[in-house]
Amino acid sequence: MELDAALLSRLQFAFTISFHIIFPSITIGLATLIAIWEGLWLKTANPVYLQLAKFWIKPFAITFGMGVVSGIVLSYEFGTNFSEFSRITGAVLGPLMAYEVLTAFFLEAGFLGIMLFGWQRVGPKLHFLSTVVVAVGTWISAFWIIAANSWMQTPAGHRIVDGIFQVDSWWQVIFNPSMPYRFSHMLLAAFITATFVVLATSAWQLRHSEHKAMARKGLSMTLWLALLLTPLQAFVGDLHGLNVKQHQPVKLAAMEGIWPEREAGVPLLLFAVPDKVAEKNHFELAIPKLASLILTHDADGELAGLKSVPAADRPNVPVVFFSFRVMVGIGVLMILVALFGAYLRWCGTLYHSRWFLTFCSYLAPSGIIAVLAGWYVVEVGRQPWIVYGLLRTVDVVTPLPAERVLFSLTLFVLTYSLLFGVYLYFMRKLIRKGPPPLEQLHQQLIGVKASGYAVALAKQLTPAQEQK
Amino acid sequence: MELQLGLPLFYFLLLGFAILMYVLLDGFDLGMGILYPWFNTDAEHDHLMRSISHVWDGNETWLVFGGVILFGAFPLAYASIASLLYLPIMLMLIGLIFRGVAFEYRFKSHTSKVWWNRAFAAGSSLAAFCQGLMLGVIVQGVDGSSLTQSSLQWLTPFSLFTALAVMAGYALLACTYLTMKSRGAIQQKAARYGQRLLIFVMLAMLLVSLWTLYQQPDIRSRWFGGVYSLALMVLPLLAVLAARLLFRDLARVQRQFGAEQAINNRHESRPFWLSASLFLLAFAGLVVGLYPYLLPQQLSFYAAAAPDSSLGFMLPGVMIFLPLILAYTLWGYHIFRGKIEDYEEGY
Repeated sequence: MELDAALLSRLQFAFTISFHIIFPSITIGLATLIAIWEGLWLKTANPVYLQLAKFWIKPFAITFGMGVVSGIVLSYEFGTNFSEFSRITGAVLGPLMAYEVLTAFFLEAGFLGIMLFGWQRVGPKLHFLSTVVVAVGTWISAFWIIAANSWMQTPAGHRIVDGIFQVDSWWQVIFNPSMPYRFSHMLLAAFITATFVVLATSAWQLRHSEHKAMARKGLSMTLWLALLLTPLQAFVGDLHGLNVKQHQPVKLAAMEGIWPEREAGVPLLLFAVPDKVAEKNHFELAIPKLASLILTHDADGELAGLKSVPAADRPNVPVVFFSFRVMVGIGVLMILVALFGAYLRWCGTLYHSRWFLTFCSYLAPSGIIAVLAGWYVVEVGRQPWIVYGLLRTVDVVTPLPAERVLFSLTLFVLTYSLLFGVYLYFMRKLIRKGPPPLEQLHQQLIGVKASGYAVALAKQLTPAQEQK
Repeated sequence: MELQLGLPLFYFLLLGFAILMYVLLDGFDLGMGILYPWFNTDAEHDHLMRSISHVWDGNETWLVFGGVILFGAFPLAYASIASLLYLPIMLMLIGLIFRGVAFEYRFKSHTSKVWWNRAFAAGSSLAAFCQGLMLGVIVQGVDGSSLTQSSLQWLTPFSLFTALAVMAGYALLACTYLTMKSRGAIQQKAARYGQRLLIFVMLAMLLVSLWTLYQQPDIRSRWFGGVYSLALMVLPLLAVLAARLLFRDLARVQRQFGAEQAINNRHESRPFWLSASLFLLAFAGLVVGLYPYLLPQQLSFYAAAAPDSSLGFMLPGVMIFLPLILAYTLWGYHIFRGKIEDYEEGY
């Protein structure tokens, strides 16, 4: 079999970026949660919040570390594997990434050291500020990278001079038509991912560990969050879908499995097996007219189908189609869990419902799977374009010898597989170990160099303990 | 002409600054991993790791910064350099991955600790080695006709030599950093190794300089033919002076310890700044030979520059955020000032 360097480069990029996105999806939300807990601890002096913050800071640290090392890879892969792409779009995407590094990466890295190791070196307020800065840094980072990615989906504000992209309006480049939807969708997705990681862990702890107070607080907070965020995400996702319909109709057709050039009264396919060769679906299970109703707000509305463009301009339909269903399916499941959790809370049996807690504890990876599936819809759905409608992916791959890409791809697969196993092992270990007991937290926090901290802590712990 | 070159020149200098910051900061950081096998006990290894565990992430960010400045300001250079150096870059990334995660996992492991020690040492060494290979390519130049991506021209005896030299240089930086941040036996060991490494690094710098002058007439005429040649001679002269002072400081740290005297604080911290200035001088020498090329004799910075609309857009970002970054990075180092033994906390 002839090895295809272009295919290998694309596989390598897909593999390395899929691996990477797992970790920021967790840390964006987790950093925010830790900042909230630390803030609540400072405000209410309830030590359970400190316990939550101190417990989750360790999983956060290893997740963040994995995100950092796998992210550096990506910043070089544009050049190594997609040199033509870098040359042609560098003037647009490079500055966006430069801003990401300037406004986010340094910020996160600079304050992470204090957040992790500075408990005894700075006062409580400054420490809290560092945690907040790290959290905000993760949001800013998401902003820039989503801006860059959205520009590849819905390019705007540029002009092409001698085959090279130049920028006319940076405002239009950054706030391109899909950017606001995709940014809010991804940020919410990250918050929800972390929410379900904490929710699942708390549910498990409630049944299997002795730190019940912390587990209750964690479960209660994350269920409220889930109740708030998951319906909101469905709403934002719907707006995003309308945006895709307007700007990337072929992608939408692949998501919904619509083949005819134009179709009115399109059914919503719950399940089907799209067939690229026969250009139709098998085994359809559909709700009549619902897709038209959702996407055009008219049961008989028309939607463009895949056959409106030549086969060479269509993405890999089954991948997009099934990934979309996985994402939406998990989203619906999350909404149901949030609603049911609220119902159990209303009944007063939330903390005792064994089967619900057991079920919840299996949901830890649900957000991550949904994020990955969503990104496959977005990225595979953009193909065969790398910059939608303007630049084809196959035309911009570095003409490397295939063996060399195969070598690096193999290295990444081996390295990442090993590290993912290690990551899961340590996550499990940290979760089983549980939080440090409150007395130990007390001692640990009284540092030699930060007497102010010790005084503040003593002040705060005393009323809290008296309440017991 | 001057005005047209203004923005590209600014980014050329900024790129140089980013690379220099990276080499200095991640230099002592990677150097710690290179030194690792020469320290034996668990306590020593803990000490080495803890001395940098709060800063490695920030230090590595300069590598990303250099990469994106190259991408955003000189897309053409980013595209050709990255694909030309495909394998060294990939191997460097793999090295950085292993040494990076070692920070997180080592402190949380028991049975697998020995593996994280290896991952840290091997990963750091591999990353430094690959960076040295790339330096070798930039110094020796690339053959224009073989700018095709299938070439393996980064693998030459010369680049292998520069790879070892960069490893030694990073290890020297780490030794002087440890001298500043440690007490007692570890400090003594670091000072001792530092002296030996210094000798090797100076010899390597001399050899690389002579080789470059011999092989590349353009660079030779720039150093000896131009009007600035007298001024340029200051660079090697300063390097020799710095090296001499560094060697003596390291000797003094050992002598004072041996004589059970209190070690003069200045002699503990000055070696780090001296070894950093050695790097600065070597880097300046490199730029003198290379200017105005990003890829020697192939691609100048103004030929590779992005349009002014892009360079201009990044300018306020650089002007506002770079000073802020330097300020809070400095503040971060200030928070963790003093000896490592004094902050034993984890998280």
